[in-house]
Amino acid sequence: MTTITIPEGMPQYGDVPRFDVEKVRADFPILGREVNGHPMVYLDSGNTSQKPRQVIDAMREHFEHHNANVARSVHQVGTEATEAYEGARAKVARFVNAASPEEIVFVKNATEAINLVAYAISNSPAASRLALGPGDEIVISEMEHHSNIVPWQLLCERTGATLRWFKVTDAGRLDLEDLDELVNERTKLVSYALVSNVLGTVNPTSAITARAHEVGALVLLDASQGVPHIPVDVADLGADFLAFTGHKMCGPTGIGVLWGRYELLEQMPPVLGGGSMIETVTMERSTFAAPPARFEAGTPPIAEAVGLGAAVDYLTGIGMEAIRWHEKELAAYALDALGTVPGLRIFGPTTPVGRGGTISFGLDGVHPHDVGQILDSVGVEVRVGHHCARPLCVRYGVPAMTRASFYLYTTTDEVDALVRGLEQVRKVFG
Amino acid sequence: MEFEQLYQEIILDHYKHPHGRGLREPVTGSSVGEAHHVNPTCGDEVTIRVAADGDVLADVSYDGMGCSISQASASVLHELLRGQHAGQAFKIMDGFVELMGGRGQVTPDEELLGDGIAFAGVARYPARVKCALLPWMAFKDAAVRAGVAGSSPSAAASEVQGS
Repeated sequence: MTTITIPEGMPQYGDVPRFDVEKVRADFPILGREVNGHPMVYLDSGNTSQKPRQVIDAMREHFEHHNANVARSVHQVGTEATEAYEGARAKVARFVNAASPEEIVFVKNATEAINLVAYAISNSPAASRLALGPGDEIVISEMEHHSNIVPWQLLCERTGATLRWFKVTDAGRLDLEDLDELVNERTKLVSYALVSNVLGTVNPTSAITARAHEVGALVLLDASQGVPHIPVDVADLGADFLAFTGHKMCGPTGIGVLWGRYELLEQMPPVLGGGSMIETVTMERSTFAAPPARFEAGTPPIAEAVGLGAAVDYLTGIGMEAIRWHEKELAAYALDALGTVPGLRIFGPTTPVGRGGTISFGLDGVHPHDVGQILDSVGVEVRVGHHCARPLCVRYGVPAMTRASFYLYTTTDEVDALVRGLEQVRKVFG
Repeated sequence: MEFEQLYQEIILDHYKHPHGRGLREPVTGSSVGEAHHVNPTCGDEVTIRVAADGDVLADVSYDGMGCSISQASASVLHELLRGQHAGQAFKIMDGFVELMGGRGQVTPDEELLGDGIAFAGVARYPARVKCALLPWMAFKDAAVRAGVAGSSPSAAASEVQGS
């Protein structure tokens, strides 16, 4: 074997930021449990991530010592709760490098974030730059989660606009061949996944955002599988909106984030009406608060925001660059290891370049449900089905897939357990 | 829970060597009904075709694609219901549905359910019960369409919420 020396002055392999995965695992109480008599091998983080003690403690601490409603209490506890809630907003803003905390809208999940934009568009008056009508086009892709397909189908039905989409290549990349035709003067919005929840593909941004902005279209990135796994800098991405969810990034369920450029949020009409989102209310009409409050009607998920803030602190402490590298190395290891399983077909990029640690595959002659059930019997937890991305399954000509998805606490031993489990599957169904 | 309980030899055998698979042209004069059911969470599909000769289910043919549980269940259904009188067929169906809804607490009647008793273990796995029931719910609708007495339309029990 020849050793290739990286020239001096260039980044060296040893410079890559790293962390001690066993130390990280010790922070996640659930990782110590067993499933069906075997140590649990949790390979379903793309579905929801596990939670470190730091997040669990922060939420308990909030309930035990600081619980009150936000933004309307003059009392001490209410002030503390408000500071905790707004503090979490500031942490999330720093985490994705937003220009200010006011660009962060707390919502229920990424689905709600995307729907918020879709409904704000159809609520916009005809004169607004956001208004949409017949002849206008929205562009998505064939590799989207249903949450980034259905809201746009519904929006097109409401407004008469046309939905179009990028195709996916056999290798699992967005097909940008027709970029200039697909994104054209009629395009008002381009919405696609930063990282595919099925294929693991990390999609390109600069070519698409440049073309979109050239024709005056806005860009929304569904970063549900991006923000938890790779460093995300909204200033650098050049998008207009970013949607992501707390529970996939070590935070709790029930909280998600819509980031938007402030000048756009300012132009958006409200979607949900109620308390906290108003300026003044008379019996005839109301005026509305500035963003982000305009989009946060009703009592928000306060403890969940605190939990998300703690998750952001946790991830920042380990370092997103280090997490990206950890998952890149795991993906390289797993792609190699899975390649040794006879009859296994990987859907998506088969090299650990431009992809994250989510790998979907099929096993010849065995239905994914059966694969998942037998893996579960040996403690290996994977997701099976169409992964809320049915058009992508259709694209690959399969009714369902099996998906292993990694995170910062995943080890190469767990990848080995997956491969051993697949041998078991082949034995039963061979 | 060990997977042996779920994947009884009988189920695997019906999956690997399905009995009477394929939709058959009915004999002239029989009353025919067909139903296609899908499980949107996993994409499993089953089509059941009932050809009734008066009160007798002259043929119950099927086709489909999906996991071992759903496809083996269709094979067992074919074995159990073909040639039966409608009344007995619905008795068997009710027995199977009861077994699947029993969360593993129902003791199956082997005389009534034959190979269907192998699915007793499946009832312990709520996520898989709908796989086992898929062909039976399709049968129920197909029987109604074939005008078989004693059947009532199913409330699309196999249609579960997709994600």
